[in-house]
Formats: sequence, structure tokens, C-alpha cells
Amino acid sequence: MSQFSSSFWDFYIAVITLVSVVACGVFLKMQSVRKVAGGTTETTGHTWDEDLGEYNNPLPRWWMWLFYITIVFSLVYLVLYPGLGSWKGLLGWTEVGQLKQENARAEALYGPIYDKFAAQDVVALAKSPDALAIGQKLFLNNCAQCHASDGGGSRGFPNLTDNDWLYGGAPTTIEQTITNGRNGVMPPWGPVLGAEGVKDVAHYVMSLSGGAADSIRVARGRETYAKICIACHGPEAKGNPALGAPNLSDKTWLYGGGEPTIVETVTKGRNGHMPAWKDILGPAKIHLLAAYVYSLSHR
Amino acid sequence: MNIGNHVVESAEQSLYEVRQKVYPRAVRGWFAAWRWALVWATQLVFYGGAWLTWNGRQALLFEIAQRKFYIFGLVFWPQDIIYLTVLLVIAALSLFLFTAIAGRLWCGYACPQTVYTEIFLWVEKLIEGDRTKRIRLDRSALSLEKVLRKSAKHAVWIALALWTGFTFVGYFTPIRDLWREVWSASTGPWATFWILFYGFATYGNAGWMREQVCKYMCPYARFQSAMFDRDTLIITYDPERGEPRGPRARNIDFRARGLGDCVDCGICVQVCPTGIDIRKGLQYECIGCAACIDGCNQVMDKMGTPHGLIRYSTEHALENKLDRAQMFRRVFRPRSLIYMAILAGIVVAAGVSLALRVPLKVDVIRDRAAIAREVAGGEIENVYRLQIINTTEQSQHYEISVSGLHEIHIAGPAEVEVGPASSRVLPLELRVHAEREHLTPGAYRIEFEVRAIGEGAGKVKVEEKSVFIVR
Repeated sequence: MSQFSSSFWDFYIAVITLVSVVACGVFLKMQSVRKVAGGTTETTGHTWDEDLGEYNNPLPRWWMWLFYITIVFSLVYLVLYPGLGSWKGLLGWTEVGQLKQENARAEALYGPIYDKFAAQDVVALAKSPDALAIGQKLFLNNCAQCHASDGGGSRGFPNLTDNDWLYGGAPTTIEQTITNGRNGVMPPWGPVLGAEGVKDVAHYVMSLSGGAADSIRVARGRETYAKICIACHGPEAKGNPALGAPNLSDKTWLYGGGEPTIVETVTKGRNGHMPAWKDILGPAKIHLLAAYVYSLSHR
Repeated sequence: MNIGNHVVESAEQSLYEVRQKVYPRAVRGWFAAWRWALVWATQLVFYGGAWLTWNGRQALLFEIAQRKFYIFGLVFWPQDIIYLTVLLVIAALSLFLFTAIAGRLWCGYACPQTVYTEIFLWVEKLIEGDRTKRIRLDRSALSLEKVLRKSAKHAVWIALALWTGFTFVGYFTPIRDLWREVWSASTGPWATFWILFYGFATYGNAGWMREQVCKYMCPYARFQSAMFDRDTLIITYDPERGEPRGPRARNIDFRARGLGDCVDCGICVQVCPTGIDIRKGLQYECIGCAACIDGCNQVMDKMGTPHGLIRYSTEHALENKLDRAQMFRRVFRPRSLIYMAILAGIVVAAGVSLALRVPLKVDVIRDRAAIAREVAGGEIENVYRLQIINTTEQSQHYEISVSGLHEIHIAGPAEVEVGPASSRVLPLELRVHAEREHLTPGAYRIEFEVRAIGEGAGKVKVEEKSVFIVR
């Protein structure tokens, strides 16, 4: 905030706060005794509707002290904690510091639960019901939004249950994918190939997995494939796990295998993004999560 | 109060004052016996209830951390919050009913503040003596006896208070474990805090605060007038019979001298735990404990005059000189009948609902991000998350089926085991062949049925609605 305003506002707030606190004390003092005209001590001296009086039922003295204690409390609070303008407080308390403290406490409390599994390898954990129970919870809380509750994925988000992997399905690769995330980029080829050229390639791609395709287009598309697509998807169209380039010869489709979808994919390209989880989950949880994901295709 | 014509003189008046300590005198009688009966009843339930066992676990246990609440054979989950609501509604309506009929019955006989004050007063009387002795002891100079008596009293109070705090916490964490922890001084920080907190609250409220809790803290006194009417039984001094009051020798014919039945002995004021004079009429301080009735009746016995100069009566009865039968007949007036009818209705409904409660809860959550996907064979698949909560205390097998669309089926296993009093999340895929079934894109209503299977499963089943989306 300091770049927007001068320190005047700090003082402004501090003065308002202090004046309010002190005013509360002054009013309390003023209001604990009342001068009553008429010398009667039975009523408060208020009169309504000509002759309705109000009995004075004094509160106990300790009740009044409670009010004063709140004033003392607020002053002590303002000295110890931030609250008075830019004063940081003697205790040095901050929200961020408290969050860190609570995280550290949670880590100390729950850390051992995860550490117990950290020593075992993913393949062994994928058979342990205890590890899978925790893994499932982590998956449902963090992954199911895109990959669906059953891990079956959805359009643009890979199916994790079919043992078909873009980047490889080895336990360490899965852990690496979760830890650092992935960016699967298919460049747009529409401007280069033109509408007809794209359609030819699409038909060739359809033919790779045994789909119905126009044989003339397939032949033309094969040439284009050998010049361009081969770089990532490989000579046999088996894909390249190092780049995350999908295998085009199986029947597994990330965005869909119909002609219009393939044409769209080739024309506009695709940009798949798997976020990195290392800062959010940490290695121990990622280890369990990898075991759960591994178990999905190794039941 | 008209003050306009008086000579105006200024006076200073404090709106706060030092509390006048009340020294209630011990009293015996019909109503005191009732109060003690209720002290025993409520405290046996409170101190004893936590130690009962049921099916090998604590019978009454409210596990906040686990979010499971055990009441004998029943296990309540947060989803059963409606029963807590119903309990509170029943409590509130009962309060309305009792108050409309006989004023502050709750305050006078069963409220923890009254009950613990009664117990603490009994301890005080045992150690320091009755009212006059206590007043004398408080006024006397510091002496060894005073120190001994006072410290003995506080020691017993603190012991009682700590036991109360311990018992209270024992309803939220298994009391037997807690007992062992207490003896090995290894109670957790929160258990320690709450034991001390409730102990301190008991000690402070029943030992020191007493009537001030009722007068200044409890809101009930302030709104009781809304629940009273002219037929509500309240503790009343009968001025017509009692006035003019005054002392007299026992053997004279006081009526001939124009005196009423009240001998102005002040017993009714001395026994009052809130220190009021009931002869001034109904006051908000009156907690309806009827100690003054017992006190006055004893005096009436000695004076040879009939009981009931102070008695439970109604404004209506006093005004119209109704006899007891007429007065009690008015208990059944529309107001209380309506309360009774609503109360009975809710109690019956809650009882029926509890009896028919299915020990299984199912929540169906459709995956929202992945709307619908096409799978091999041209079928449309939707994914659901079923949270299945087994509220029985045995492990259960459940079978899941789905209906609402022709040929809709569950991909993969449709059976699940859920452990005793626990819950399980089950991802579930539903499939339907949209083309073959001529389904146009849109949302279709479907219904899951989860049914317990296996031995002794009975007819436990839950149906839960959801939608299937075709695109």
C-alpha cells in the first residue's frame, strides 16, 4: 500500500484507533455515575408518559471492571500485535508467519504417515491398500478435476487407466510428470499445409489406426507426414515419449479420432498443460500419488 | 413517578454497585425435596452416563475429531444434524410449555446453575454452618479457624469442580483413557485446558457468581414475561391474607387486632438464593425455586395458621379467588394445549424418523469437469463419485445398481465393502449407447440404488438421484 499513499494515513488510522479506545474509557467513567435531579435514589430519573419512572437496578461493580479490562486488553493488544498504523507489534506476529508455523506443525503431525511409504518403491505401494487409500484421496482432491474421478480422463486430459502413456509409464516417469508437470505442444499446421493439405494428413492419420480413409488423400498425406510430422511422431507413427508426442497408430485419442477433430488438431495445433505439483504436494505425497496412478493401469 | 413538583435537589447515583453477598438459609420441605431429587437424578445421569458401555465402546461419546456421535445403539454423523435441530426444537418447546404452565421450573429445579449452586451450598453449610454462622464467619477477624474452614470449603469445591470438568470432557474423548491419562499426568493440551476450563466455570459459577449468573448473564429472566400469562403458576405471596404483616405473640388472636397472617419473620427473604423479597410480587430475579414456600410453610406450622401464605398460584386465581381445582383446570388452556400438541407431534415424528432411520447414507457427485466421454464401442460414459457411509458398527457389503435409462449400466465392479462406522468414496462409470438408444444431447434423470447385501443386511437400501449427460 505504501506506494499508493503517504505515511499520513498510518498516523490517521493510529490516532482514530487510540482516540476511540480512550473515548470508550472516558464514556464509561462518565456513564457509571449519574447526577439525578430530585434527590430520589430509587429511579434513574427518567420519566415517560407523565409519570412512568425507571427503577435503577445497578449492575454489579465487577461487570464495570470487565469493561475496563477490555480497554486494557485492547491497549496491550495494540502494543503486542500489528494494528496501530504501521506499527508491527512487539511480538513480530504476521499472518504469513502463522501460516508457516501451522504448516510446519501439520508437517510434523502428518509427515510420518507419508514418510512410512517413502522408502517403498511405487510398484510395491501400488499393491498396498493403505497406500492406495491415501493415494485415492490425494487423487480425488487434486487430479480428478481434469483426469476424472476414475482416472479415465476426458477430452484433452489423458486417460490414466489404459496403460497408454504419452511420456512413458515407468514409476519414475510418472513421479517426474507429477512433480514438474508437462507441456504437450502440437504446432498449428493449417497456415503451412492449407485446408486440403491438412485434410490429406488427417486421412493418412486415420488410416494409421485402421480407420476408413480416402486412399488418394492417404497417399498424399503420407508424403506430407514423411516431411513434417515424422519429426515428432516418428517414422512408424508410434510417437515419442521424450516429447510427449502421441502414438498415432493405436486407437487411443486424446482429443478425439473423428475426421473433423483430427483436421482441427492439425490445423490449429494443441497445447496440453499438466501443472507442476512439487510446490503444492511435495515429494512424499507425489510418491503416493504416483503409486495410485500406476495402480490404475496395473490392477 | 411524578417528580415535577418537588424541590429539585441534586443527588449522585451510581449505576454500578458492589454486589451484596447473599447467604441463603438452608430450608427443608416438599419443594426442597423435589429439588434434591432432581439434583440426584441429573447428576447421576451426568456423572454416571459417561462410564456406561455399549457394544464394547463408550455408550455416550461425542467424538468431535472423528465427527461421530455415539448414543447407545445409534451412531450419528454430521449429516444427521437435523436430529440435533429437532432436539433443540423439542427443548425450546418444552421450555415454552413448562414456563407457560408453571413459570421457571427449569431454573428452580434442573438448571445446572441451580443444581451446582445447591450442591456447593450444601458443602458450604457442612463446613461453615448455616446462614447466620456464615455471616458471622465472614465478618469475623482472620483466625486459624476461619482459614481452615474457608480453605476446606474451597478444597472440596475445587475437587467437585475438577471432577465435573473431567466428566464433561469424558463425553468428548473416551473417559477411561482420559482417567488413565489424568493419573499419569499425560492428558493432551486441549483435554487439560477443557477440564480446567469447565472446572473453573463450575467453581466460579456455583461457588462465587451464583445468583448473579441468573440476574445478569442468563437471558431467560428477561424474556420470561413473554411466556407468562395470567394463568401461569408463579410463586406468589398472598397479600390479602398476609397483610398487614407484623410480629405478634403466639397466643393472641391476631385477627382481632387487625393483623394478617404474615409474621414478618423474614424467613422467605433469608432462604432466597437470589436475595429478593417475594412479598414485593413477581420479580425478574425470582428463579422459581420455591424455597420461600417451604420456609413460610414451616413458620405457618409453628404459628398454627394454614400453609400457603406463599404458594404456587396464578394472577387469575388471586384476583378471582379461584379454588385449586379451578386454578389447575386452567392449565389446559389453548396456549398450553397448542404447545402440547406441537410438542407431541414433533416428538412422535422424531421417534418415527429415528426408528425408520436407514443406517446407510449415500451422496452422489457427478464429475463436473469431464462432462461426458466416448469410450470404445461408441458408448457414452459419465463418471460419478459415490460417497457411501456405513453408519452401522459392522462391516457391510453394498451392491450398487442404476436405473432411469434403458440399457444404462455400470462399467466395472458394482459391489463395495465399507468398514464399520466409516465411509468410502467410490468412483463409478456409467455407460449407455446413446445412438442405439436414440438419445439426443442433454441431461437425463437417473437413480442410483445402493443396497446392503449378505447376511443380516435386511432391507437396508438408499436411492439417490443424479443426471446422466449425453453430448
